[in-house]
Amino acid sequence: MRITCPICGERDSREFSYRGADVALRRPSPDASEAAWDDYVHLRDNPAGVTRDLWHHAAGCSAWVVVTRNTVTHEVLETQLAADEVRA
Amino acid sequence: MRFSGLRVLKEGLTGNKGWGPHWRDPEPKPDYDIVIIGGGGHGLATAYYLAKEHGLTNIAVLEKGYIGGGNVGRNTTIVRANYTMPGNSEFYSHSLKLWEGLEEDLNYNVMHSQRGVINLFHSDGQRDYAARRANAIVNQGDDAQLLDRARVKKMLPYLDYDNARFPIYGGLYHPRGGTARHDAVAWGFARGADRRGVDLLQNCEVTGIDIEDGKVTGVQTSRGPIRARKVGIVVAGRSGQVAAMAGMRLPIESNILQAFVTEGLKPCIDHVVTFGMGHFYISQSDKGGLVFGGDLDFYASYAARGNLPMAEHVMEAGIALMPMIGKARVLRSWGGIMDMTPDGSPIIDRTGIEGLYLNGGWCYGGFKAVPGSGHAFAHLMATERYHENATKFRLDRFRDGYGLMDEEGTGSQHNLH
Repeated sequence: MRITCPICGERDSREFSYRGADVALRRPSPDASEAAWDDYVHLRDNPAGVTRDLWHHAAGCSAWVVVTRNTVTHEVLETQLAADEVRA
Repeated sequence: MRFSGLRVLKEGLTGNKGWGPHWRDPEPKPDYDIVIIGGGGHGLATAYYLAKEHGLTNIAVLEKGYIGGGNVGRNTTIVRANYTMPGNSEFYSHSLKLWEGLEEDLNYNVMHSQRGVINLFHSDGQRDYAARRANAIVNQGDDAQLLDRARVKKMLPYLDYDNARFPIYGGLYHPRGGTARHDAVAWGFARGADRRGVDLLQNCEVTGIDIEDGKVTGVQTSRGPIRARKVGIVVAGRSGQVAAMAGMRLPIESNILQAFVTEGLKPCIDHVVTFGMGHFYISQSDKGGLVFGGDLDFYASYAARGNLPMAEHVMEAGIALMPMIGKARVLRSWGGIMDMTPDGSPIIDRTGIEGLYLNGGWCYGGFKAVPGSGHAFAHLMATERYHENATKFRLDRFRDGYGLMDEEGTGSQHNLH
């Protein structure tokens, strides 16, 4: 599996470390309900198909990358910087 | 048809013409007391123990493919009870005891071979942990011995003892651990359930779960609707998707775990051996193939095949530990879809929907649990009470943080196990 880092270009997936579902970009407020935090920390859609998850380009530019990919075919469909998405 | 030595002899002398199918291929009935979604090891064991222990036989097991075609027929076949956390400890101990009586119970040769599991350690710290783990195993009533380097060398003469980077200090020996023939476990439970009247419906994919007023009423399948008073989801690997049909989200992420088999070789590896410094474990099948695997690929996937970096890591670790296997040719590899929970331990519980039960989250350790899991899940579905050896596999433990079973001590979050 090769992942295109928006800064460095296409790289071996070994350069990246995997964080998990992109839910990490939507952290609840500290006083949010227990259910909201359970949702954030534990519960997952876990789709067989297109998913969005976070990869850290640890052995490269250290950017956090949102990867849209297919969990059944391992095809990478789109990548963008997590920073851009959080700012948007 | 009952299997016996006499029967084998008779069939052998008469051209083996008397063997019939091991189970029926019935048409779905419109209505069952209990429907089990998933005809893997755990689902079949659940149906078997529902019939055997609780006298319930109006049961259907729905399998979207064929019996033995999922993870139960694609794993590294290891059976052991060397866990330490309360919850896991008594459960796997219970499961191992069921394994030990399984062949007579099922009248089926599952080739359960208690050849011993040896977990190697390579540093003082790992030795301390192995000693603690050995004590925990002994305290739970099972067997463990701490082997020093000399004893390991005597038992496993083929390891590289001159490895400067990963010296072998000793091993944690679990003599009652071993392997079993995975397909035969599925077939044995299928036959046992079928003989007690359970309908095994293959090529029957569940496409919907019917819920009325918070109570389950049946399922929609590729072979038509089926009504049921109780439904058990036992589809580890696909738990999230089936639970979604009931509007549930689970604390589960599906990951890939790869395993490999070499060409058949003369007997050379007598035990199950695990490397303490890399992700590698190995045993030799009765056909002679070396069966080995490593860790997860560590990203969400349903591809049923892994990527090369982990394959390379597993091979490297294996050859660092036992250089003699370097000349064995790998025949095939595969990737199983694993239900990964945040704490790395399974779920056997009710759900928020009346009559709907969940058995899943087996991570990469479901095979050894097959009898125990089926036994405990059947108990829960039949009696509405947790089995005494499976009281802690609760679905709500993640939310409130009480009773987590984080065996590796890495934290209760996804992608840490």
